Amino acid sequence: MFSTILFYVLSVILVFSSLMVVFTKKPVNSVLFLIVSFFAISGHYILLNAQFLAVVNIIVYAGAIMVLFLFTIMLLNLNKETEPKKPVLIKIIAVITGCLLAITLIGSLKGIDNAPVQNFSDNSIGLIKNLGKSLFTDFVVPFELTSVLFLASIVGTLMIGKKE
Amino acid sequence: MNKLTNKSKLVSDKQMTLSEKLYLPAIFKGMIITFSHLFKKKVTIQYPEQTKEFAEIYRGKHVLKRDDEGRERCTACGLCALACPAEAITMIAAERKKGEEHLYREEKYAATYEINMLRCIFCGLCEEACPKEAIFLTKEIVPSSFERQDFIYGKDKLVESVDNRIDVSKRQTAEVLEFKKNKNFKHNK
Amino acid sequence: MDWNYIIYKIILITAIMTVSLLVAMYSTYFERKFAAWFQDRLGPNRAGPFGLMQPLADGLKLLFKEEFMPNTANRFLFIMGPMLAMFVALLTSAVIPWGSSLNIGGKEYALQVADINIGILYIVAVTSVGVYGIMLGGWASNNKYSLLGAIRAASQMISYELAMGLAILAIVMMSDSLSLNEIISQQKGINWNIWYQPVGFLIFMICALAECNRAPFDLPECETELVGGFHTEYSSMKLGFFLFAEYINMFISSAVISALFFGGYHFPFEDSLGLSQNWMAIIGVVVFFMKISFFGFLFMWIRWTLPRFRYDQLMRLGWTWLIPIAIFNILITGVVLMINN
Repeated sequence: MFSTILFYVLSVILVFSSLMVVFTKKPVNSVLFLIVSFFAISGHYILLNAQFLAVVNIIVYAGAIMVLFLFTIMLLNLNKETEPKKPVLIKIIAVITGCLLAITLIGSLKGIDNAPVQNFSDNSIGLIKNLGKSLFTDFVVPFELTSVLFLASIVGTLMIGKKE
Repeated sequence: MNKLTNKSKLVSDKQMTLSEKLYLPAIFKGMIITFSHLFKKKVTIQYPEQTKEFAEIYRGKHVLKRDDEGRERCTACGLCALACPAEAITMIAAERKKGEEHLYREEKYAATYEINMLRCIFCGLCEEACPKEAIFLTKEIVPSSFERQDFIYGKDKLVESVDNRIDVSKRQTAEVLEFKKNKNFKHNK
Repeated sequence: MDWNYIIYKIILITAIMTVSLLVAMYSTYFERKFAAWFQDRLGPNRAGPFGLMQPLADGLKLLFKEEFMPNTANRFLFIMGPMLAMFVALLTSAVIPWGSSLNIGGKEYALQVADINIGILYIVAVTSVGVYGIMLGGWASNNKYSLLGAIRAASQMISYELAMGLAILAIVMMSDSLSLNEIISQQKGINWNIWYQPVGFLIFMICALAECNRAPFDLPECETELVGGFHTEYSSMKLGFFLFAEYINMFISSAVISALFFGGYHFPFEDSLGLSQNWMAIIGVVVFFMKISFFGFLFMWIRWTLPRFRYDQLMRLGWTWLIPIAIFNILITGVVLMINN
């Protein structure tokens, strides 16, 4: 009962803030609404008993990546006067690509009724011990691949960051 | 070449050792120094209860002295104004009338005598220049005020009252008194 | 739902909030006192006996000051900034175990608001969010100094969070748990983590200084270069909130340091005393607060000893010294754990 109410409250916040990310005029407000939506997502994780994911979501996205986003936007100090006028053609193209993306996303939902629902008996896959176990046994190859990808990106950043 | 002081230090650009590069020993040393200051004697003077001892020859607000019979000593010669490096002193002279002998010592006196305390630098040159031992600097402090006008001190604030004499004997050092007695100097005559 | 339990939690939360605020209030007093003593002065001693009413006087002064808001500021975010800073600073205290559990009428009452199994990560998450208050406040002021302060705060916090996380990771590897309660209960007696992780402690301490924006890492609010940094435009209680948040952060990070490295509420020879559980819990709380006070003092001691870092020195220390050393520390911890198993 209580968690149902919480679920709906969080969902409303999430949907509203996600929409506001797109619809607000000021870039700083967009970023702030994005942060709010991340917190709502973390709330959903906690409802699913995945506390580790919830906290990591806050640390990585809300705490680090969005800070950097905000950082860049504050440095650029974007506002209406500096926004370049976009040609109509580009606007039309943007609308078409957006619609295509929406169609793809909705299309992917089509087969969802037939998909087998994974039901974990103890409902504790989100806890850190189980998560770690499954990462290092069932998903070890993708996990290691991601770490290689991260390493490559770190080296790349260093190369770009270090001049000459 | 002879060194002027023994404070000079030979400069070298030697590499720092590893322990110096870590800075940790230096930081601990600094922390110990600050910690030792926790127990040192505090230098604060708690003002309204305690006051700082003034030096014997502190130069504060001016006073225009009277002589033993209560007559103003100043004769408005203008030497103090001339000596003043800040040009803080102005005065208007007047002639002594009949029946005013008990007020002014000399035949000429200062009708107005003003010191602008905002200009004054309390150097004491006026005191040194005065041939009549009329102006002295006292231990009193010039109080603060909100108005510039309040800092122009006229005779009402400068001349000492007859009943309440200000002791300036500390400022008349033996050398000064000796110097002022010397009749060879023109202004001591 | 057990009503006793809920009432107990509410009392505990209120008590912790009050204590945090009180400690923050008196930290300002002790900061000024210690600053004075380190400089051979006396410090505040006029308001009340030994100046003990000084924090109240300061608070009242801040309350009655004029609320000033620059007319080019973003009003909403300008007010949000100090609110967020305060809110986030108070959030962290929820997962810190202030003592072992009390036993009243056969029921166990833990002196911890929420024993979540990822306590440390929660603290890292909350501190990582803590920078928003400063960033929003600094940006919304629409002042170049404030913006510079906010940007410095952001980059400094992100840089030092990494090394801090890595230092915590070594502790987590040793105690095999992310729960603060579990980590503390493994440090019974004098079996503190500091004996195993001195390097980790040093890194964590430095990062805690940087995360709290304390000297020598107080670049976001340095008076000499940035005229107060992110809170240049703030006045009245909004400024008070920023200052308060800083002291609460200091209190909480002292608590975290003593919990992670100095055994929390454990103290030497605690088993040989033979006291009842409740008495042990109470003494434990007192001991924990003594440890916290010591670290609070250390924070002030460092502040009044070391000069401020330059911005490039700060970044170089964080990225090229602390993070590699922390990774190396993790490596060694891992190897030692492997050999011991």
